[in-house]
Amino acid sequence: MADSLVAEELTLRYDDRTIVDRLDVTLPEGRITVILGANACGKSTLLRGLARLLPPASGRVLLGGDDVRSLPPKALARRVGFLPQAATAPGGVTVAELVARGRYPHQRLLQQWSPEDADAVGRAMRSTGMAVLRDRPVNELSGGQRQRAWIAMLLAQETPVMLLDEPTTYLDVAHQLEVLELCRRLNREQGRTIVLVLHDLDQACRYADHLVVMREGRVIATGAPERVMTTGLVAEAFGVEALVQRHPVTGTPMVVPIAPLSIADEEAIV
Amino acid sequence: MRGASATAPPGGRRVLRLGRATLLVRPRTLVVTTVLALVALCAGAIAMTVGSLPVPLYAVPSAVLGVADDATTVRAVQGVRLPRVLAAIGAGAALGVSGSVFQSLARNALGSPDVIGFTTGAATGALVQIVLFGAQPTQVALGTIVGGVVTVVIVMLLARRGGGIAGRQLILVGIGVGAMAAAVNGLLLVRGTLDASSQANLWLSGSLDARQWSHALPVLIGVGVVIPILLVLSRRAGLMELGDDIAQQLGVRVERTRLVLVGCAVVLAALATAAVGPIAFVALAAPQLVRRLLRTDAPPVVGAAAMGAALLVVADLVTQVLPVTFAVPVGRMTGVVGGLYLLWLLVPGRGSADGKGWS
Repeated sequence: MADSLVAEELTLRYDDRTIVDRLDVTLPEGRITVILGANACGKSTLLRGLARLLPPASGRVLLGGDDVRSLPPKALARRVGFLPQAATAPGGVTVAELVARGRYPHQRLLQQWSPEDADAVGRAMRSTGMAVLRDRPVNELSGGQRQRAWIAMLLAQETPVMLLDEPTTYLDVAHQLEVLELCRRLNREQGRTIVLVLHDLDQACRYADHLVVMREGRVIATGAPERVMTTGLVAEAFGVEALVQRHPVTGTPMVVPIAPLSIADEEAIV
Repeated sequence: MRGASATAPPGGRRVLRLGRATLLVRPRTLVVTTVLALVALCAGAIAMTVGSLPVPLYAVPSAVLGVADDATTVRAVQGVRLPRVLAAIGAGAALGVSGSVFQSLARNALGSPDVIGFTTGAATGALVQIVLFGAQPTQVALGTIVGGVVTVVIVMLLARRGGGIAGRQLILVGIGVGAMAAAVNGLLLVRGTLDASSQANLWLSGSLDARQWSHALPVLIGVGVVIPILLVLSRRAGLMELGDDIAQQLGVRVERTRLVLVGCAVVLAALATAAVGPIAFVALAAPQLVRRLLRTDAPPVVGAAAMGAALLVVADLVTQVLPVTFAVPVGRMTGVVGGLYLLWLLVPGRGSADGKGWS
C-alpha cells in the first residue's frame, strides 16, 4: 500500500508572493522523507501543495502517476492524508469522535458506518495508544497525547501516504521522540509513505530514510542523511557554521551548531 | 460490554440499518428534539386559548382542524391565533438553525445573525421601505431580505480580506458593519415623518401581533426546504469545525460547502425577520442551549430548530399572559432575556465566550 508523490516544476503562490518556485522533488514510496529548511523557506507551503490544499500556480503534483487535480476530493483523501501544524479540535470532541472523523472519505451519505470503519478506528486508536483515552475530550489531553489523537485520526483515514507538518513542534523531547517512533513504526510495519517537516536536524537524520533540504522555495539537496548532511549544506541551508559528526548511539549524522555565519562568510561559501 | 463499545460508533450513536443503507442515529438527540418539539406544540396550543374570545384547551385541536361546532371559535383560531403560533414556530426554528450554522462556521458562540450585523442590516432594508417609500408590508418584507443579504455579503467579503471567516474576524467585522447599519437606522427614524417613524419603531420591536398566513407560510416553507439540505451538509460542517485544512484534506469541498451553508443560514434568517421583524436572542442562544442538552460534537440542525421554535413560542406566550396593562412585543421580551444571556456568556473568568463547541 504505497504511492510515490512527485512534484514537477511546481510553483506555489500566496496572492502574488511566490513561495515555492518551479520545484522538482520525488518523495519515494514506502519511505520516511523529512523536509528540512530555514523558517519561511517554503516547507509547509510545499506540503500543503502536495496535499492539494494549495492549487499550483504552475506545474503539477503526481500521486502514483495520477495528477492530483484529476482525482475527486474524496478519492484523493483516501490516498493522501495531511496533518497541518497546530490543529485544534472544538471543545468537547472526544478522542473517539475525532478519530472517527478520519473515516469521512470512506463514507457516503447512506453509508455512514461500516464494520471497516469500526475496525479502522479501533486499529488507529490501538496503534497510537489512544484506546484507553477514547472517551476523553481532546482539549483536555496533554500536548503529546493530543498530537497522537490527531495522528490516530490520520491513521483511521487509512491513506498510503501521510504528510505531517511539524508534528513535534510544541512537544517536549520525550513526546517528540514518541511521535517520531510512532511514525517509524507505521512506516516499518504498515509500509506507509511518511513525509515530515521537522526542525531538529539530528532527529531528521535519525528518522529519515530520505532528506529533502529546501532554501528560498527550491530544493538544494536530496538523498540519504549520511550523504546529504554536511557542514557545507548546513551553512547553505541555514547560514550556520556547524560540525557534523556521527551520533554516538545511532551512528546517524549529528549536527553541532557553532555560530551563525556572517553575511560575508555566507557569500564566500556560495 | 467492552467488545460492544469497541465496534460501536463514537459519541453515543447507534447504527440504523435500512436495507443497504447504514445511518448513524443518536438516541439522545432524538429524545431531546422530540421533547423540545412537544414543548413548542404545547405552548402553541396554550397560546391559542389566550385572547378576548376564550377557547378552552380541549377545544383547540378541533378548532385548528376546523371541525369545532362553533364557527366563531374556528375563525378566531384558524384566522388569527394559528397563523401567529405557526409564524412563531417557523421564525423560531429558522432563527435557531440559522444561528447554529453561523456559529459553526465562525467557530464561535457569538457568531449569530444578530451579532454579525444581519439583523441590523435587515432592519435598515425595512426602514428604508417604511420611512422613505411608505411601503406596504410585502415590500417591507422584501426590503428586510435585501438589507440582510447585502449586509452579510459585505461582512463576509470584509472578513475574508481580513483573514478568513472563522473565529473572531467575522464577528468583529460584523459588529462594525452592524454599528454602521444601526447609525443609518437611527438617521432614518429621525428623518421620517412621525407616522412613518412610529410604524418603523413598531416594526423594530419585532412582534407576532396580527401575523397572518402570509407571514407564517413563507418561513415555514423555507424551514421545510432548507433543513433537509442542512441535514445533508451537517457532517461536512462538523468537519469544517476542525479547521479548513483538515476538512479539505478529508475530501470536503470547503469553499463550496461554506457558500451553501451561508446561503441557507441567510435565507432562514431573512425569512424569519421578514415574517416577525427583528427577534433578538433566539438565533444566539438556541444553538448553544441545545448543544449543551445534546452533548454532541456535530452542529445541531433539527435540534436547533426545535429549540428556537420552543423559545419563541414560549416567549410569545409569556408576553401575552404577562400581567401588565400594555402588550410587550416579543422582540423586546427576547431582547431583555438575550441581554442577560450575552452578559453571562461574556463574563470574564468563565473563559468560554467561544462556547462549549469551540476553543
